[in-house]
Amino acid sequence: MFGATALNRRSYRSQAVAKAAFFLMTVALVIPVLIIVGTLVVKGGPAISWEFLFTPPTNNMTAGGILPALVGTIWLVVVALLASVPVGVAAALYLSEYAPDNILTRAINLAIINLAGVPSIVHALFGFGAFVLFFDMGASILAASLTLAVMTLPVVIVATRESLQAVPLAFREACWNMGATRWQTIRKVVLPNSISGILTGVILEVSRTAGETAPIMFTGAAAYVAFLPQGVFDQTMALSYHLYFIATQQTGVPEELTFGVALVLISIVLLMNAVSIGFRVYLRGLKKW
Amino acid sequence: MVGPAAAAGTEGTAGPRYDESPIVQVRDLSVFYSRTPALSGVNLDVYRHEIFGIIGPANSGKTSFLRALNRMDAFNPAMDVQGSVRINGKDINDWRNEYALRSRIGVVFPLPVGLPLTVYENVAFSPRLRGIRQKEKLDEVVERCLTRAALWDEVKDRLDSLGSLLSGGQQQRLTIARALAQEPELLLLDEFSIAVDPVTTMRIEDVLRELRTELTIVLVTNLVQQARRLADRTAFFLMGDLVEIGETEDLFEGKVKDERTTGYIEGRYG
Repeated sequence: MFGATALNRRSYRSQAVAKAAFFLMTVALVIPVLIIVGTLVVKGGPAISWEFLFTPPTNNMTAGGILPALVGTIWLVVVALLASVPVGVAAALYLSEYAPDNILTRAINLAIINLAGVPSIVHALFGFGAFVLFFDMGASILAASLTLAVMTLPVVIVATRESLQAVPLAFREACWNMGATRWQTIRKVVLPNSISGILTGVILEVSRTAGETAPIMFTGAAAYVAFLPQGVFDQTMALSYHLYFIATQQTGVPEELTFGVALVLISIVLLMNAVSIGFRVYLRGLKKW
Repeated sequence: MVGPAAAAGTEGTAGPRYDESPIVQVRDLSVFYSRTPALSGVNLDVYRHEIFGIIGPANSGKTSFLRALNRMDAFNPAMDVQGSVRINGKDINDWRNEYALRSRIGVVFPLPVGLPLTVYENVAFSPRLRGIRQKEKLDEVVERCLTRAALWDEVKDRLDSLGSLLSGGQQQRLTIARALAQEPELLLLDEFSIAVDPVTTMRIEDVLRELRTELTIVLVTNLVQQARRLADRTAFFLMGDLVEIGETEDLFEGKVKDERTTGYIEGRYG
């Protein structure tokens, strides 16, 4: 009575095959990551030292450290965040909490998706034309950061909108029914329960901003600047551009040095991602419903 | 539609004021969801200090009726309300500030919503919206409303725990307490007892009877006996139509204008 029929056996077999296939795909996904990180650690690891991190490059960048690039990347990321987070969060709040579902809103949403799909080199040319030339900022941290901000804006908007929409509609309706305005509802119930998701999105954005090269090439990054940036109108070195430059434009750079820069860059990105994941796990524990 | 004048004033302050102007006047009210009618052409009045029962099977438009009173169509683009609703003589669409309108109407829906705030903050939410800041005043409102909703004894030692983590029945009573904290003139209850045990339901029903001296209640219920216990007058909705309104006792004693009402009350369909 409880024996397996031929159909049972066949579905069991196909389920086992499917499971094995999905597992193999998952493993295949991990392999490139392991190879990249492994190579960087093996080849670049020896170059890493306090001196490497905290001194400027010397001998035409064939020796010495990466301090100006490291500091420059931090400048670029912070200024880009200051520009993109307020705009992105405000836009997401409007789209998620206020905007009526009409053609204009759909057009805006479509525009955001398209903005996310624009290649970074196109952003670079836009930034050069708009910020460097038209707004006359020159090649500067400000121009480069604004270019990065425009590029990462969709990420902030989408992450924010998704975490806003994860707050159940029933909570909003309960507040509205007590006579709370939309803004009171956002402030007292929606934002406190979505701020974690928003922050996670912002951290992910940081890692992307730190890694991009093309958008800053024409807008503010320099191959070599002897001093640390003093303000947003200075040009600056940046890790990603520094890596590009010593790997392709400069001869006689020891391999160890190139891999060392790559290792520092990927460490920053991975560290940011790890912080973001940790944050997410921590906040899931605080989930209030 | 106006009830016997004798009912007014015989029980002191408790009881409906059929001789005064109604608090809610509904004329030709129709509700559509994406052009599908949910309620068609309803006319009725609700009097001050009345418990007005609405019974009817699923899909009869009871909830749509409540939603229209509170202008909840603003939350749902697919919901379309036609006709007029006057509250205190003023058309609800003439309130430029719909938030002020909603703040005077308490609503409790069948699925409880404990806001992800503490129990205390859930109840203090609308007093805070009204601008009450003093701790003692808020404490007093919170205790009074939780007591009335028959929840105080269960939560008085954990007012700082999350309202959204209470059990379903407790959240339902929290929702009731929150609605009472609005100090509403009009209380709309939609199957409030669905997640609440029978004993607690009786306690809340007692409170509702007391509350009648302060406010007006529109009670939508699936339990015809609950309507009988509480409502002064009862309306029977069927498939989006208002079949009839009568003194609750009359309906339950078979003095109906439409046989379908008796059929529903006696459980022959529904």
